[in-house]
Amino acid sequence: MNFDFSPEQEQFRDQIRRFLQKADGVGQARSVLDNKVQNYSAPIWHGLADLGVQAIAIPEEHSGLGLGALELCVAAEELGRALAPVPFLSSVCVCAESIRLFGSEKQQAKWLPGLANGSIIGTWAFADNTGDDTRFQSGTLSGTKVPVLDGMIAEVIIVVTKDADGTPMLTLCDLAQSRVERQPVKTVDPTRPAARVKFVGATAELLPKCGAGGWQKLSDRAAVLLAFEQLGSAESSLAMACAYARERGAFGRKIGSFQAIKHKLTDMYIKIQLARCHCYYGAWAISTDAADTPLAAAGARCGAIDALDFAAQENIQVHGGIGITWESNCHLFYRRARLNALLLGSRCEWQDRLVASLKRKLV
Amino acid sequence: MDFDDTPEEAEFRAEVRAWLTQNVEPRPNGSVLDLDARFVRARRFLAAKAAKGYAAITWPKEFGGLGGTEIQHIIFLQEQAKVDVPTMHGSDFFSVGINLCGGTILKCGTDEQRHRFLPRILRAEEIWCQLFSEPSGGSDLAAVRTRAVRDGEDWLITGQKVWTTYGQFSDFGLCLARTDPAVPKHRGLTMFIVDMRSPGVEVRPIRQMSDEAEFNEVFLDNARVSDRFRIGAVNDGWKVALTTLGHERSTAATLTFIEWQHVLKIAQQAKINSQPAIEDGRIREKVAECWFNSFGVRLMAFRSQTALARGAVPGPEESWAKIIITGQGQRSAIAAMDMLGALGSLTAEELGDSWNPVEEGWYWAPAFRIAGGTDEILRNILAERVLGLPPDIRVDRDIPFNKINTYGGSHGQPGDAVWKGL
Repeated sequence: MNFDFSPEQEQFRDQIRRFLQKADGVGQARSVLDNKVQNYSAPIWHGLADLGVQAIAIPEEHSGLGLGALELCVAAEELGRALAPVPFLSSVCVCAESIRLFGSEKQQAKWLPGLANGSIIGTWAFADNTGDDTRFQSGTLSGTKVPVLDGMIAEVIIVVTKDADGTPMLTLCDLAQSRVERQPVKTVDPTRPAARVKFVGATAELLPKCGAGGWQKLSDRAAVLLAFEQLGSAESSLAMACAYARERGAFGRKIGSFQAIKHKLTDMYIKIQLARCHCYYGAWAISTDAADTPLAAAGARCGAIDALDFAAQENIQVHGGIGITWESNCHLFYRRARLNALLLGSRCEWQDRLVASLKRKLV
Repeated sequence: MDFDDTPEEAEFRAEVRAWLTQNVEPRPNGSVLDLDARFVRARRFLAAKAAKGYAAITWPKEFGGLGGTEIQHIIFLQEQAKVDVPTMHGSDFFSVGINLCGGTILKCGTDEQRHRFLPRILRAEEIWCQLFSEPSGGSDLAAVRTRAVRDGEDWLITGQKVWTTYGQFSDFGLCLARTDPAVPKHRGLTMFIVDMRSPGVEVRPIRQMSDEAEFNEVFLDNARVSDRFRIGAVNDGWKVALTTLGHERSTAATLTFIEWQHVLKIAQQAKINSQPAIEDGRIREKVAECWFNSFGVRLMAFRSQTALARGAVPGPEESWAKIIITGQGQRSAIAAMDMLGALGSLTAEELGDSWNPVEEGWYWAPAFRIAGGTDEILRNILAERVLGLPPDIRVDRDIPFNKINTYGGSHGQPGDAVWKGL
């Protein structure tokens, strides 16, 4: 039984955590929120590249580290803990992973080295279920995708479209062309900016090895990695709330000594522990390509959404009035919680995926 | 990450599996055995288990254990769970002794007590119960009123205990009693071994809402206990009690109620608005929650096993598992009933044996949300010992026990001490 990260992976975590503490992820997120920094924190992104974070899962032949999903999970958790405003999910977890898994030799050689050292930022646009009109036909892409995370800074995008049968397929589109129009959109979490991306007959190419189950596989993997980010953010929300409850006095005692507050914080802790167990199962599943991956990913996704939503909401509640101010950091987590709960499809969708997997398991 | 055994673990697992195959008696035609037959089978099975050292894998060989590791203990439990031993053999009658009392004697008892009691507990020759809770206090265990008074070489114990699991079958009880009421409550307690067959001990089963009687009231009226049956120092009983409670909480995570497979099957068979219930999003949410929580607790056990193998010492972190298992058991039972509509009000007697887990979950989950630390007490423990929050204000903590006001601090009526006449 080895249901935990290895000592080497924990060492890697420590490195990332120490770097992000020094680089002040939350402070950088606030700078993006206040428009003092545009789109993302370049210093953190470059620092992560120095640590090899963007290169983790990319094969050595394409200038990567050739490590696996478990190291990505560790990095995701720490980035979530620090609330670092960087395009990790878009560029590393979805774009680079899809090219690594499904791209042609040529596509890999062209894009992976730049994605591995962070000099190229990539993103993805997934098939929205409300009026998505994106079509891919004879090498060109048309239609509009919104919201596209990191859409203003990306150089390359993986677009999910549906073929005539409704099967999702993945296409790669170089964004440096005039047939792509981009504009920023406002979301509930400006610390992770998004765009509306319009393809007007843009040149694009299929990821040839995608196949019918490609998007499912990619989204399962992305869901687990995002779940680790959410787990980290939830831990930070809980730590903030506990610290405040230990400090703040009312009615002649620290508010953390009241059971109403204690039990609220414990409920946060329990949701986080459950989410952590399912995240680890997801990590094991994607790192071994287990048959249980769809179920494990859905469990991690649902658990992490619940844990972070709850922790972010109740963190504000524990802080009282100060928690709803602009100056407090509570709303940064509250914003990120919602954004992360909606990217990759909401909890409703993932819960149905979960039950569908259970039905298959029962047969 | 992997779920694999090391070569040594695999070898032990194979050995255990072979032993279980040889020693487990299959349930005759799936029928329910009567009480006497269950005892006979349980004793036969447990005696064989003890002879092999499997009854207490982590205990030293000297006291009937295997001198093995926690991991080996977990492996044994995993294998044993696959062969349905508790229900088939009725060995739950002996579990209080093996899991709670034995461990306490091993850790806190004298050598004489260890040699006298431990082998017989392991061989299922003697049944044990826990005499902790009282009518006036369960969560506030340190407020026990049962009194032990010195009488020469003996002690005379008087008081009333309650929620005594299997007290009606027990030979001995681990009894927490007050030996000094003039000091604050935690400091005047002592732990004793009470012979449940001795004069002055009366056991009355409590009829529960399920119409079963697993719990009991125990009345002690000058029950005589030799000082040699005292565990730990006089007035040091709280420390001994905490050892027992630690064992109780660590075994709670192995509870199971209705499984997700069962809930899903009902959801596929039952209909809501003429459609299979599983087509209803509200039902799917309940099925998903049931799997998420029950499998989540299993995953937690895998994490603990990993931590143990890496040399960690288990702490209070896992107290959340019981909160999740019991709460989920109750919710799943209610969800299952809801799916059947009015038919869901019928009992298993009407609906058949497959309905038993639902009925048992509905009746028993509420009991286990209380037993072994209520949901609320466990949340306090997690908050204070894991999250580092300041302790609750305990108005009676530093007051001599016989000066504590029943109604709590300054709001009570003057002079109404819980320990009148001391």
